[in-house]
Amino acid sequence: MHDLQRLRDQALAGLAAAGDETALEAWRIQYLGRKGQVLELLRAIPDLPAAERPAFGQAANALKGELSAAFDERAQAVAQSKLAAELAAEGVDVTLPGRRPQLGRLHPSNQTLREINGIFAAMGFQVYTSPDVETDELNFELLNMPPGHPARDMWDTFYTTTPGVIMRTHTSPGQIHAMRALGPDKPIRVILPGMCYRYEQVTARSEMMFHQVEGLAIGRRITMADLKGVIVEFANQLYGAGRRLRFRCSHFPFTEPSVEADVDCILCRGKGCAICKYTGWLEIMGAGMVHPTVLRNGGYDPAEWSGFAFGMGPERITMLKHGISDIRYFFGNDVRFLEQFG
Amino acid sequence: MTVIRVPLSWLNDFVDIRDLDPIELAERLTLAGLEVEHIRWVGLNPSPRYHVPPERMDEGDGLGWERDKLFVGEITRTERHPDADRLLLATVEYGGVKPMTIITGAPNLRPGDRGLKIAFAVIGARLVDPYAEGTKTMVLKAGKIRGIQSEGMACSEKELGISEEHEGIILLPADAPVGMPLADYLGDAVLEMDLTPNLARNLNILGVAREVAALFNRPLKRVQPELARIAGIVRPEAMPRPDQPAEPFVQIVIEAPDLCPRYTATLIRDVQIGPSPHWVQDRLRKAGVRPINNVVDATNYVMLEWGQPTHAFDYDLLLERAIKAKQGVGTEPVLPPSSSGRSPTEPVLPTIIMRRAKPGETMTTLDGNERQLTPDMLMIADTLGPIAVGGVMGGLETEVNERTRHVLLEAASFDFINNRRTSQALRLPSEATARFSKGISAELTIPAASRCAHMMAELAGGRVVAGVEDCYPLPQHSAVVEITPAEVQRILGMDVPASQIQEILERLEFAVEEIPPPADRAAQRIETLRVTAPWFRLDVSIPADLIEEVARVIGYDQIPTTLMDDALPPQWRNWALESKERVRDLLMGAGLQDSISYALIGAELNRKLLAAQGEPVYDTLAGRAPADAPLPLILDPETLVRLENPLTPAADRLRSTLLGSMVNALAANLRAVGRVALFEIGKVYWPIPGERLPAEPEHVAIALAGPREAGAWLNRNDTLMDFFDLKGVIEELLERLGLLASATFEPATHPLFGPKAARVLLKGKPLGVLGELHPAVRRAFDLPETRAAVAELQLAPLAAAISARQTMQPLSSFPAIKEDLALLVDESVTAEQVEMAIRQAGGSLLRDLVLFDLYRGKQVPAGKKSLAYALTFQADDKTLKDADVEKVRRRIVARLGQTVGAELRG
Ligand SMILES: [Zn+2]
Repeated sequence: MHDLQRLRDQALAGLAAAGDETALEAWRIQYLGRKGQVLELLRAIPDLPAAERPAFGQAANALKGELSAAFDERAQAVAQSKLAAELAAEGVDVTLPGRRPQLGRLHPSNQTLREINGIFAAMGFQVYTSPDVETDELNFELLNMPPGHPARDMWDTFYTTTPGVIMRTHTSPGQIHAMRALGPDKPIRVILPGMCYRYEQVTARSEMMFHQVEGLAIGRRITMADLKGVIVEFANQLYGAGRRLRFRCSHFPFTEPSVEADVDCILCRGKGCAICKYTGWLEIMGAGMVHPTVLRNGGYDPAEWSGFAFGMGPERITMLKHGISDIRYFFGNDVRFLEQFG
Repeated sequence: MTVIRVPLSWLNDFVDIRDLDPIELAERLTLAGLEVEHIRWVGLNPSPRYHVPPERMDEGDGLGWERDKLFVGEITRTERHPDADRLLLATVEYGGVKPMTIITGAPNLRPGDRGLKIAFAVIGARLVDPYAEGTKTMVLKAGKIRGIQSEGMACSEKELGISEEHEGIILLPADAPVGMPLADYLGDAVLEMDLTPNLARNLNILGVAREVAALFNRPLKRVQPELARIAGIVRPEAMPRPDQPAEPFVQIVIEAPDLCPRYTATLIRDVQIGPSPHWVQDRLRKAGVRPINNVVDATNYVMLEWGQPTHAFDYDLLLERAIKAKQGVGTEPVLPPSSSGRSPTEPVLPTIIMRRAKPGETMTTLDGNERQLTPDMLMIADTLGPIAVGGVMGGLETEVNERTRHVLLEAASFDFINNRRTSQALRLPSEATARFSKGISAELTIPAASRCAHMMAELAGGRVVAGVEDCYPLPQHSAVVEITPAEVQRILGMDVPASQIQEILERLEFAVEEIPPPADRAAQRIETLRVTAPWFRLDVSIPADLIEEVARVIGYDQIPTTLMDDALPPQWRNWALESKERVRDLLMGAGLQDSISYALIGAELNRKLLAAQGEPVYDTLAGRAPADAPLPLILDPETLVRLENPLTPAADRLRSTLLGSMVNALAANLRAVGRVALFEIGKVYWPIPGERLPAEPEHVAIALAGPREAGAWLNRNDTLMDFFDLKGVIEELLERLGLLASATFEPATHPLFGPKAARVLLKGKPLGVLGELHPAVRRAFDLPETRAAVAELQLAPLAAAISARQTMQPLSSFPAIKEDLALLVDESVTAEQVEMAIRQAGGSLLRDLVLFDLYRGKQVPAGKKSLAYALTFQADDKTLKDADVEKVRRRIVARLGQTVGAELRG
């Protein structure tokens, strides 16, 4: 019995010292293996005096059970600390940059065009497009500007070498295209986005090529009050709710009355800054009631139908939105510019 | 758009505005359509509502004249400085307790001068430093010159910040009140307005005054006799006609009344040419016109004030020419179809003829340039030849000069469209054409000429000969328009009663007549107004014009804001737009940056794209419909749509392919960054024989260059992108659009590309092209020595696919078996052939096939290549057994052997 006690102490001490899987396995073989010390003890039982056998056998079996349990416990602890050590070794500097997927970005003009399209789509305006290379007739004459009309000076025109064929100076010829395609006895609600061209020196503020979005609504009960409503709605959706708007009388040969719409400067909130030229207002679009002559040219009877039209420049809107100081960036295709947006 | 400058002091001559804040005035005018772009403050402190910070203001804008330091002064005595020859001592009364002595070197002051009124500054006054660039202010300090103390200063315009003029001191009118603060006497604000072309009537002080009077409902001051005479007259038919001169002095012949409906001439005798008084010069300068001499200044003054350009001829020179012509030197036949109705009498009188220029005719205009004239231009001629381009510029020969004694003053009316065309053709824009070319009333000629003649006489000491020679073959008629409140409501969406419409229009000097309702509805309210436009309104012809007048006077802000309640038009799906944006999204998803480049290019761009050829052989449409064109279409630059008036040769025609600008963008970016992945969706422009307008198909261009991965610590793969990166993008795009199965790639040979190039076809029709640029093209575009892969595709076939259905394939619940297949084939065998053979033999059990290795080298015989495929087999209805797969596999191997001569490897 004395031996048993000694063996137990010795085994438990050895177990406590076993720190890894190899040491544990060695311990197991030494004590609990087929040739281990505990089994050796059990195997030696027949050699004992008969009277001692039952008690010794019981004690030896108890020792075997105790050691087995201790082993399991110890093995689990070792496994856990091993896992913990492994995990600890996997720790990282979480501030290291991640692995970024390479995704392209939308051109800032196209971002704004999508915004504009979306806002007007919700108001029932659909996109309708027409050509960049246009006839003088569509670009000017049918828009109430006969040859030689002084209002033509408002648009510096690129002429092509084909007489009577020009680069459209605005998207307004789309009004005639749309009326002739969709009319003459149906209401119309379209926007006409597209590229326009002007014979203008290219500077930080003016480009020879730029987008314009024209809008056209024609119906039997369309009024200037409706035009104001649409502009207010658009401005509040594009520039954020609560915008103040100002409507000024203006002149376009293809609208009468004509209006210029200003929104309170989004940068200085109307206090005056360099962007709004200290007026507190930013011009956002030109608009007006479609001129009776233009309605007639589109196939509509101006006595029965009325309509409004408006036009705006997405590049200008984008410049204000992102604080872009120079319009020449838009079509320069410098990725260092393009990758800053969206 | 035409800019005019309106000094408020001048405006105040015609309408009382002294109580109005200039800002308020500017805002009201702006809202009514007369946009005030800027206010220039002269000697006044800007009103508190003015937002522009001082450093941003115009020259002198920041200089409000101090009321206790700057006064109207009077020189009571001028003498030489006892110790300095060039300097004068002047004694100045300025309202202070005792007069002050100043030392001055002003060239316009002489010893003995007295009674002159000046702008006087006392010591401590803040002035503009006359010797500094621009507008730098300084404080006037006491100074002593050779023992004498100067106690103040007589100021020049520059010192007061009025203009750059520093030649002499300002001499004020004799009636300037001594001691008045200068700010009250000379202070001003100038409205700089940019007016739209319909506002020709407002390009003058009187025109703006009319607007102010109507907008603020104030009376127009009709202090000038000319203005008083026409007060209240609306209809041109009722305008007073001038008396004929008692003694004829000129004969007028209008041969082209369509171009010159009215010509009037007034004679001013015995003028003395010299400088104008300060107040005239001051007003001209503030209005942006340089003073010249009293006669020319008078014409400019009246043009600025009334809007009628006039021209002053030297009458003696006209007479000399008439005599010369009479003596047989002249060439002009005198056959008056429409003349002032006098027969030529003795002695010889000048004859002024309005006619079209003769072919090849030339004339030297007063700027000294000889002008080539064409028969669509209106000439003013006499019996000897042209003396002016009508309404554009006078001739050098008959111009007034220092010796001029008598002035023949022309005030005429010209066809605005012809005038605009002539001034553009001769490149002679002027203050006169800015007005004539927008249309001004022929009725304006007489009152403006009268005003001008009297002013000329006043300024130049002359005498106006009574009577006017007036030739007016095409009299102006009034526009009469009927309008109803119902029509106003229909357009504006706002109720405006007839009485208010009438009141507004009458404020604008329209004549309004109520039309009683028809007899059967006599009890109803008057609903129709017959409106006659005043003679100076040529821009009104339809009810909409009047509606705008009503709206802008009421104020656009008063119009309600409503949501359209009109019927919503039929809506449609815009597949073209949706699919374009879907293509854009897919390409962005593939890692490409969206871009937009100029549609206008230079000729060299297409040439550079064909730099691999010695002499470029351009692509052609060759009679094909645009949809069937194989890309790229690098057309001969000479055949592209070309601009008549390009800004630069680098942008003088329209592109036929997106690739030129795309490669340009690639080159520009590769100078700044190492990796570029771009795409553009844009139009190309293809001239179509027999069509005026080009086809404008939309294309998609893609460009890739640089390392596959954006270099970073995690992915240091700097393998360059190549043909297969590009093809992968296109395959992915086609696959996502459901088009990959109907697409085929075939080798392409095009000088744009090196050997790695392919055409892509969709159901056998050309869709586009892709490839790595030929090294010669790279060099032509200055690209770095690196791979660059570009593609161009038609958008329309891609767009057409968007509405196609993609049908779901059932998912099998039975296990799949994967097998590898390594083959040895001849180099000439294409991957597509191998794949097709495998797919055909594999049948429905073959679910997937991936080429995972392509190998040439040691273990492969020369002329052969090894292809290794991973095959996936699966059935929908059972678990496949090895035997099932083995059967298919054997079939595949057999088919490969028959069709492409493939042998199994290892
Ligand atoms: Zn601002």
